[in-house]
Amino acid sequence: MKLLFTTTSALCLLASAAAAEGTLSVYHWFEYMPQELVDKFTAETGIAVTIDTYDSNEAMLASLKAGKLGQYDVAVPADFMVAIMGASGMLDTFTAEEMTNIANIAPQWLDVPFDQGRKSSIPYQWGSTSFAVNRDVYKGDISSLGIIFNPPDELKGKINVLDSQNEVLILGSLYLGIPQCSTDRDQLRALSEMLVNAKQHWASFGSDTAKDVMVSGDAAAGMIYNGFAAKARAEGANVEYSYPKEGHVLWMDNMVLLKDAPNRDNAIKFMNFLLEPENAAAVTNYAAYTSGVLGVEPFLDEAIRTSPENNPPADATPGVFAQVCDDETQALYDAIWINLKK
Amino acid sequence: MALRSVRHYPGFFSVALICLIILYAPLVVVMIYSFNASPSLTNWGGVSLRWYFDVFTGPEAPRFKAAAWNSLTIAILASTIATGIATAAALAMLRSGKFKGRSLTFALINLPLMVPEIVIAVATLIFFTMVGITTGYLTILIAHITFCIPFAYLPIAARLQGIDGSYEAAARDLYATRLQSFFLVLLPLLAPGVVSGFLLAFIISLDDFIITNFVKGAGMETLPTAIFGSVKQGIKPNIMAISTLMLAVSILFVTLSYLINRKGRKGP
Amino acid sequence: MAGPATDSGSSAESTYRSARIPLLVPTWVMIGVFLVLPVALMAVYSFLTKEMRGGVIWEFSLAAYDQFFVNRGLFGDEPASLEWTYINVFARSIAQAGIATVLCLLIGFPTAWFIATRPPETRGVWLFLITVPYWVNLLIRTVSLRFLIRENGPLNDALMGAGVISQPLALINTDFAVQLGLFYSYLPFMVLPVYAAVERYNFTWSEAAADLYASRWVVLREIVLPIVKPGIIAGCLLVFIPSLGAFLAPNLLGGAKSFMIGSLIDEQFKKSLGNWPFGAAVSMILMSLVLILLLLYARSTARQERP
Repeated sequence: MKLLFTTTSALCLLASAAAAEGTLSVYHWFEYMPQELVDKFTAETGIAVTIDTYDSNEAMLASLKAGKLGQYDVAVPADFMVAIMGASGMLDTFTAEEMTNIANIAPQWLDVPFDQGRKSSIPYQWGSTSFAVNRDVYKGDISSLGIIFNPPDELKGKINVLDSQNEVLILGSLYLGIPQCSTDRDQLRALSEMLVNAKQHWASFGSDTAKDVMVSGDAAAGMIYNGFAAKARAEGANVEYSYPKEGHVLWMDNMVLLKDAPNRDNAIKFMNFLLEPENAAAVTNYAAYTSGVLGVEPFLDEAIRTSPENNPPADATPGVFAQVCDDETQALYDAIWINLKK
Repeated sequence: MALRSVRHYPGFFSVALICLIILYAPLVVVMIYSFNASPSLTNWGGVSLRWYFDVFTGPEAPRFKAAAWNSLTIAILASTIATGIATAAALAMLRSGKFKGRSLTFALINLPLMVPEIVIAVATLIFFTMVGITTGYLTILIAHITFCIPFAYLPIAARLQGIDGSYEAAARDLYATRLQSFFLVLLPLLAPGVVSGFLLAFIISLDDFIITNFVKGAGMETLPTAIFGSVKQGIKPNIMAISTLMLAVSILFVTLSYLINRKGRKGP
Repeated sequence: MAGPATDSGSSAESTYRSARIPLLVPTWVMIGVFLVLPVALMAVYSFLTKEMRGGVIWEFSLAAYDQFFVNRGLFGDEPASLEWTYINVFARSIAQAGIATVLCLLIGFPTAWFIATRPPETRGVWLFLITVPYWVNLLIRTVSLRFLIRENGPLNDALMGAGVISQPLALINTDFAVQLGLFYSYLPFMVLPVYAAVERYNFTWSEAAADLYASRWVVLREIVLPIVKPGIIAGCLLVFIPSLGAFLAPNLLGGAKSFMIGSLIDEQFKKSLGNWPFGAAVSMILMSLVLILLLLYARSTARQERP
């Protein structure tokens, strides 16, 4: 036992000694960044990268709030979480001079609502959320969110929805034409009733399983992220991803500079590194979503560059990001979600 | 004949067989699909070893190797220490007479069972931060020992309750010290309980995700955190290959323990 | 405690009297420091004000308990009435965990008995065989179980092939699937403690009873069960309590259409509801319920142990 404690503390000492030499501590999703890219960064800069992982935006927020802030240099939250973290002072800012590659960010992703002018974050990957349908089961029109919220008979009882408040409530609001963060009681009541009615036609709630239930045939239609739909198709399921006429949800994962980053300079170097088109493309080729960086096309795999999931038709209704509502309004949406799942 | 008839209840053997079938049926699926040529978990694409190559030579191979190593060493250390602590506690609870606070201690021992894991996870991380302990291997180990204690304690205590105290009393009458009578008389009698407790603590530690996910530090990964963390890519058959390899290791352990046991029994 | 096993003299009952404190110190330290203190912190959190989407504000508030027990409608302006939502969540979880425990006992007890009647040198191997499947992660095992029982899965294929059923059984996304999943998740936690108790059983007692013309089932009920009761109770605790807070089986096999205690608490810390005080409060309520149960049990055994 004693030996173990000594070795462990020796290891800790080693780790902190190395931190002064040049390390980078990344808080990231598991399997969301190719190891080759990390190795390339280390080879180019001599900075050793340690990666710690989390499995949901909220879990990351919780563990940072519980005391891990100050241990990591960068993290990769989704759009709405960038806004929340920014508002609670968990992010550091950088200047345009420091972020030399900031011009590589595609213009439409520069002035985003969750980080105006990109002062704390850079785009990592983005994608959309709507739904996919197994074309062997249902051959009709799938251009409306009604497939999920008022399904045709063929699909009743065979629908999986994401087990995620944001996605379900926003897609439901889009279906009814209600704005996000509404405080209009009639609208909210209508949303709640519509969802409770629709629930009887749903087979299951599941986010991590959204792809697998489509591939196995357990579900014939389901809310799904575009990347998961592409993977389901690649695994042999005859699924079609829809960009519904009512709109869809956009999401973007961003790399943020955390407050009290122990290796701030290295973090900036890493973010600049990820803004190089070749490196951004490497992430996209691995994760199969879309990069927010200009000039990645020459480096992309053909299948990813041309996939129907990643390339909405020109006349598709544009997607919307999740808005962060004020506390009182959010409490109403929380109540609707609890009511739906009680 | 009388012995046979009272030992054996009709149907018990079939139930045990059903039990094993239920336990192993899902594993057959795991083993078969670890050889799947397709990247799918559910669609069969022909036989292939690609996921085994991925596990050993793929870009993520070092991380999975480290994760498996961490998981196994933490499980062995945590369950061993927890079993020791639980055995001591069981002796005090059942072999030291009645005392004030016995019910309270019983509740304390079982507390890790009662508190939902996510609450332990968040609360423990806040606690570690408050007292200034950096998260890492040691914090995972401490947390695992703590929640393993009731899993080790309950089988050991159940066993101890069934052991007649007169064995030890006889040993003491023959001038055995308390230590001698424990190790030479009580422990062999207690062994099935200790082994059961150790095995339960071991599998509960090996499987833990929620608490580990919060109290682990930078660069630390265990197999469960790697498996549960695969939300961005979805679970791939490489996890099936890793699981099959873990099974192989465990079966190796079983065989070894059987051989050692048999050899020990054949000896003098 | 009744039965031949415990009629020992009171001196043996207190062999370790003088060593009591040192024997208990490791437990007190580990659980007292690394669990009681954090849990006490959570108890405090349950009386604080929530910070939206995770975290607490250090201001006293009963909002969490109010949310649990009092219903004021969707918009919080209706007259207060008893809130059934969370009581139902508890009732649902208790029922599922209870059924899973009974299933574990029905399968686990005969299995433990069977192992205990094997030759001594093979018993260890049997114990290992019961725990080997648990070297594979729970998530993977649950996913595989899902694969087996799904509508066009191997189980339905086999049953239909054998002509037992004519239409596939709709097992997936049902309550039964959840119970099956919980049963599968915790089976060894029943088998091993029961085994530890049964192994000690002296079969000559059965023979003596059989000589007096007691049937096997009477022997089982009147002699065996009282003796192995500690093992059964330990097994039930190890299956029932963790099942209450489990969320993997309900989510993956049951379809997660309704909250269970586990997923309700999980949502407060790891998902969008982000209400730490409420999550802490639900945990405290759950903990109190189980604690009362345990203390009642501890008291009843203490009373029985008196000569």
